[in-house]
Amino acid sequence: MEKYGVYVPRLVPKYEGFASGHRACIGCGEALAVRLACKALGQNVIVTNATGCMEVVSSQFPNTAWCMPWIHTLFENTAAVASGIEASLKAMIRKGKRADKGVKVVAMAGDGGTSDIGIQALSGALERGHDFLYICFDNEAYMNTGIQRSSATPYGASTTTSPAGKVSIGQVTWKKDMPAIAAAHNIPYVATATHSYPFDLMDKVAKGVATPGPAYIHILSVCPTGWRSAPDLSVRLGRLAVETGIFPLYEVEDGKYKLSFEPTKLRPVQDYLKLQGRFRHLSEETVKEIQNRVNEEYAKLKEKAL
Amino acid sequence: MSKTEGEATWKDIEIGSIFTEPGSTREYKTGDWRSQAPICNFKRCIKCGVCQLFCPEGCVEQNADGYFEANLFYCKGCGICARECPTGVITMTEEGE
Amino acid sequence: MGQRVGIEVSLAIAEAVKLANVDVVAAYPITPQTHIIEHLAELVANGELDAEYIPVESEHSAMSACLGSAATGARTFTATAGQGLELMHEVLYVASSMRLPIVMSVANRALSSPINVWGDHSDLMSVRDTGWIQIVVENGQEAVDNIICGFSIAEDHRVLLPVMIHADGFYLTHVIEPIYMPEQNEVDRFIPPSRYPLPLDPDNPVTMGGFGPPYIYTEMKKAQEVNIRAAKEVILEQWDKFGKSFGRYYHPVECYHCEGAKTLLLTMGSTGETAMAAVDKMRGGGKDIGLIKLRLWRPFPFKEFRQAVRSAEVLVVVDRAISFGGPGGPFFSEVKSALYGEDNRPKVVGFVGGLGGRDITVGQFENVVERGIEIVQTGSEQEFEMFGVRE
Repeated sequence: MEKYGVYVPRLVPKYEGFASGHRACIGCGEALAVRLACKALGQNVIVTNATGCMEVVSSQFPNTAWCMPWIHTLFENTAAVASGIEASLKAMIRKGKRADKGVKVVAMAGDGGTSDIGIQALSGALERGHDFLYICFDNEAYMNTGIQRSSATPYGASTTTSPAGKVSIGQVTWKKDMPAIAAAHNIPYVATATHSYPFDLMDKVAKGVATPGPAYIHILSVCPTGWRSAPDLSVRLGRLAVETGIFPLYEVEDGKYKLSFEPTKLRPVQDYLKLQGRFRHLSEETVKEIQNRVNEEYAKLKEKAL
Repeated sequence: MSKTEGEATWKDIEIGSIFTEPGSTREYKTGDWRSQAPICNFKRCIKCGVCQLFCPEGCVEQNADGYFEANLFYCKGCGICARECPTGVITMTEEGE
Repeated sequence: MGQRVGIEVSLAIAEAVKLANVDVVAAYPITPQTHIIEHLAELVANGELDAEYIPVESEHSAMSACLGSAATGARTFTATAGQGLELMHEVLYVASSMRLPIVMSVANRALSSPINVWGDHSDLMSVRDTGWIQIVVENGQEAVDNIICGFSIAEDHRVLLPVMIHADGFYLTHVIEPIYMPEQNEVDRFIPPSRYPLPLDPDNPVTMGGFGPPYIYTEMKKAQEVNIRAAKEVILEQWDKFGKSFGRYYHPVECYHCEGAKTLLLTMGSTGETAMAAVDKMRGGGKDIGLIKLRLWRPFPFKEFRQAVRSAEVLVVVDRAISFGGPGGPFFSEVKSALYGEDNRPKVVGFVGGLGGRDITVGQFENVVERGIEIVQTGSEQEFEMFGVRE
């Protein structure tokens, strides 16, 4: 599979839609994910972005890292703004006010802007069937405002609003399954991806944006600052998340599940957790709990993909 | 060339504070941030381009000989390229050495 | 001239939006605005209006979708009322500071709690500082005409600001009035095609909504303030042009028997018509009284307003909203502030009533004027008075 395609990078499009000079942290996985997604999207898109890390690091007056038309307004309305853009293009093209150049609409938001404050707008846009691609860049907390928990924060992770302490293990709820929620809207395409499998990510983004109707892609984005991991390990951690079964790569096409990558044997979750300071406090017991749950969830996913 | 922070007057602002120069962050030197820099031993380089693929800054460029090198104007010294390089071309070295 | 028809004002507003040939309508239903958006949905469904109708899932998303639509250069409309206006509150600031020409019809409604769907100005007053151009209409004809003007004002390159047309909920939205509906070709001639100068377009990529830290936010706000003040000239120009095209002229401040009157009553919105009847009655009884009606709320028409009240001794302001623990009705406090620096100004007295759909009667206007004159003579311990309260 593409994991073995590391010697193909020279065939990757040279286009950099997300320019250098942005202010993302050293080793930012999300910046890498955005950069790769922009390569797959090309120039003929309009991007709406939620408030968050990527918006802040890329658009500080007077400079912008974005090479395509881009709009940021608020935190929770990315999908609604995208709906407005999609509808306006449709109306203007039909009424002859704008030429039809096949421009696609792409919404980008973080996990907070997707599964928490932005979930209403997303659900509305998916239900209405707008022709757009929604990408959630999931770094598993409200990183831009200082590492506060979100519903995408994994069980046992320590964040500033779910800190590990004498009477708490940190996040006490399991990560919200956003791809399943998106799939429950019966949209034509849902996928998960991560920057550590760049060709898989780029293929899925290209597929999502080309799919007529709503498409949803959930991209795990390693955050060394918030996860308290070494900046040079961001790509490795993404790989480990997949290899341990914590973040499986799959697609849901018209309701049919398909795994993108099946490791012959799942690596123990500890391989992934031990590289991150946010899990440092976990007891052996909790790690076992996590391992069991991951196994369970992975088995359920495999069932769906049969 | 857009006006830098601290220089723009209220008359310089575009309507709705729209930024009209795409990709203008390329003016901003993030290379100042790093505390370690990638040093390359091209004898080992197989020109696979993995470093270019995985750089979050997108600042790895192919030089005239076809070898891949980080543009130090932007390179933040994260070390992902050194970590991912399959043949060990890149070593992260303390800045200033 | 257009045909004169008896039509429910909400439906007339929708017809005006159709005449303006909008491209996108993104709306969420809330009493008493529902008839406007229902009729628009019908017009779209029957192919009478070629537009994309987005039945959004909340008012916040309605205004957000409008942002996206206007930013792409489409002619955009929405409508809301009361709680809906509150829900989209943060988005309103974005629409004006991003200079996006959106037209919104607000069916003014009381704010919860308690829940009350009837007309008053509390929602109108809560959005004073949002940076929108705001026009308050008195009857159905004004509503139709100003919806049409709203688009030509909003999209004018010297303006590029969103416009709110305020119309009292139920008092206007749900009544049938005789209205001259303009002809399609007349409206086509009046409103130029929409041409947003820097739309979202891959052919010319722009970044909208960038981050504005302390070193630049002030300059961005100054630019916005200068722009909305300058918009007043364009509004007057468009109203004049409308008058020449359709025969009905609108002004920021309307005067009814106000020249030289010693006492002036000041209203905004549909109560202006009741106030006119009250003024007629009082004048019939020998009172030296006139009526001022404010139509342009933002940008506030300081010059015209000060001119209109210059020679009065007493100005009685009637508010349909209240600012709790504050200087009284918001309209009253703005007016006082507008007159503070004037050498020749009347004594201003404020009254609050007509809240939550409580009708203001001719009799109440008479009482309020009497009481206002009394307060000027004898003073009062209170900042303002509420009228029509069962004690």
